[in-house]
Amino acid sequence: MHRLHVLVAMDSHTIAQGARSVRDTLVKELALAELTDEVKVVETGSLGIYNKGVVLVIFPDNVYYANVTVLDVTEIISEHFKKGRVVDRLIYKQAPADQDIKVDELDPRFGKQQRVVLKNAGVIDPESIEEYIAHDGYEALGKALTEQKPDQVLAIVKDSGIQGRGGAFFPTGVKWGFTAKTQSDVKYIICNADEGEPGTFKDRLILEGDPHAIIEGMALSGYAVGASRGFIYIRGEYKMSIARMQRAIEQAREHGLLGNNIFDSDFDFDIEIREGAGAYVCGEETALIESIEGKRGEPRDKPPFPGVVGLWGKPTVVNNVETLANLPQILLNGAGWYKKLGIPDNPGTKVFTMVGNINNPGLIEVPMGITLREIIYDIGQGIPDGKGFLFAQLGGTTGGILTAKHLDLPLSVSSLREIGAGMGSGALLVVDDSQCVVDMVKNFVEFFNHESCGKCTLCREGTGRLLEILEKLSAGKGSVKDLSLIKELSETMMRGAFCGLGQAAPIPILGCLRYFEQEFIRHAKDKVCRAGVCHLETAAEIKAA
Amino acid sequence: MKNLADLRKIKEKAKMEMASREKNVKYRVVVAMGTCGIAAGARNVMSALVDEIGTRSLKNTVITQTGCLGYCDQEPLVQVFEQGRPCITYGKVTPEVARKIVADHIVGNKVLSDYVFKQN
Repeated sequence: MHRLHVLVAMDSHTIAQGARSVRDTLVKELALAELTDEVKVVETGSLGIYNKGVVLVIFPDNVYYANVTVLDVTEIISEHFKKGRVVDRLIYKQAPADQDIKVDELDPRFGKQQRVVLKNAGVIDPESIEEYIAHDGYEALGKALTEQKPDQVLAIVKDSGIQGRGGAFFPTGVKWGFTAKTQSDVKYIICNADEGEPGTFKDRLILEGDPHAIIEGMALSGYAVGASRGFIYIRGEYKMSIARMQRAIEQAREHGLLGNNIFDSDFDFDIEIREGAGAYVCGEETALIESIEGKRGEPRDKPPFPGVVGLWGKPTVVNNVETLANLPQILLNGAGWYKKLGIPDNPGTKVFTMVGNINNPGLIEVPMGITLREIIYDIGQGIPDGKGFLFAQLGGTTGGILTAKHLDLPLSVSSLREIGAGMGSGALLVVDDSQCVVDMVKNFVEFFNHESCGKCTLCREGTGRLLEILEKLSAGKGSVKDLSLIKELSETMMRGAFCGLGQAAPIPILGCLRYFEQEFIRHAKDKVCRAGVCHLETAAEIKAA
Repeated sequence: MKNLADLRKIKEKAKMEMASREKNVKYRVVVAMGTCGIAAGARNVMSALVDEIGTRSLKNTVITQTGCLGYCDQEPLVQVFEQGRPCITYGKVTPEVARKIVADHIVGNKVLSDYVFKQN
């Protein structure tokens, strides 16, 4: 029994800001103060609070300390832990101790949020299986294995209407159905944790904050389709996700939650981690499968789809981290509960990472159907320095462009499709009016050109030529004719590129061109960059060179 | 782990250890830990409370602390807040009395009138 619990938010962001040394100093100083038996230091995942340095939460006092450094530790211990005097200067937000306060209510950004996937992140210690179990962990798996048949689990998931959170929003239950009805001695479950979309880091924070939810989700999906082996493909740069996942797998094995005859049933399931080597294209499911097989990460022809012919030619379900993290909740609370979240066409919540020109960047989880205005101005608290909103890009670098006229559009797959955008992987980039559209587009294309795997001509050459044209435009050497060339190239790529990378790369280019054509024309014709970002050479300079 | 009962056993134990993070608790025991309280022995009272509540595995109770309550001559002071009931303040609490507070007030639901300093 510890009278005080100190939660140290430990994700890659806060660690970069010194969370680890604060934690170590806390442990050391607590020992010196002989408080080790009274005060427990707990590492937890992301609290979703950013730009606030190292954050500590003290229970049961409900005190949040922000921007804590090692130099503050002794003061916190001697004042707060020993004498009960809260260190005012470090307070982020304090709730009255005798009121029923939820973590969400403490954070101004939580008002319009709804936490399903992130329910445990920042609440439990991700390295403790017991804390996951205390929060209903493995209950869904236990119930499924002892009380439900695989097709019942499949039916619940189908009925819930959950759609793949990797960005494609394909119904998860339907995907499972293909694998479930395919006869095979071996089937596989793959968790796609090869998150590589610039600006997206939600999967990393889910993996770091609640790794057991992924294991439980994978085991449930294995039970539903009849697979007994799982792989988690995590990009190699996610060192902390890999370490926490590995630890969680070992704990689950020790408790008999992975291995043979789980919950005394005849269901066997085990998981191994595979590290990605940093190729963007490996987030595409067939390229990912090639990579696990030890081959060069290039996409395969579809059909046959992986659900029927996947890893080593066997039926394989590939699900995104966020999708899997939803599953234990769906099976515990029922399909009806899940359908009530979000909107009829797209039930559930969506986790976003909000970055760019925004006051409160960070990790958020919102119900589907929310508007961009609510996300940017309520949760994100607007754009800094009194600047205006130029556009937002939703879904990573391949995401569509949303402008001021889309601010009140309820976000759903169909509403976004209508305007040529998509929900994507969950990155939301907010761009203020001091940025130049042409420069931004050039930036996107640089990325695609670098990440194109080279397998098909349209993507390999298309991204290269697009980059050349954009470089010309932003240097003041372009002409209005280039705009139609950009359009033509982009449309050809969308139609003819082999995989999602080349097909989706033109989306933001065409979006920017559609909404900000004038800005492109001014670069081409008047050699003027509104924002003053591009260095445009004048005619005289060009001649002199 | 062989069945759901095994899982729930772990769950109950872990929930107990995490009780301090629970916001919906019935009892909140507050020890006044100003200089005066500490000088009068509040630290030992605190340790006794932590130990007693821990041994009895009381999930519905958290212990916390506060500064000087303004009645320095009555220290160590211990307040018991119960949801929906007036707060009871005990004065001149010794470690033994602290254990009695847990046994009689929190477990037995009976106020120790001999030690009550103030009732409001």
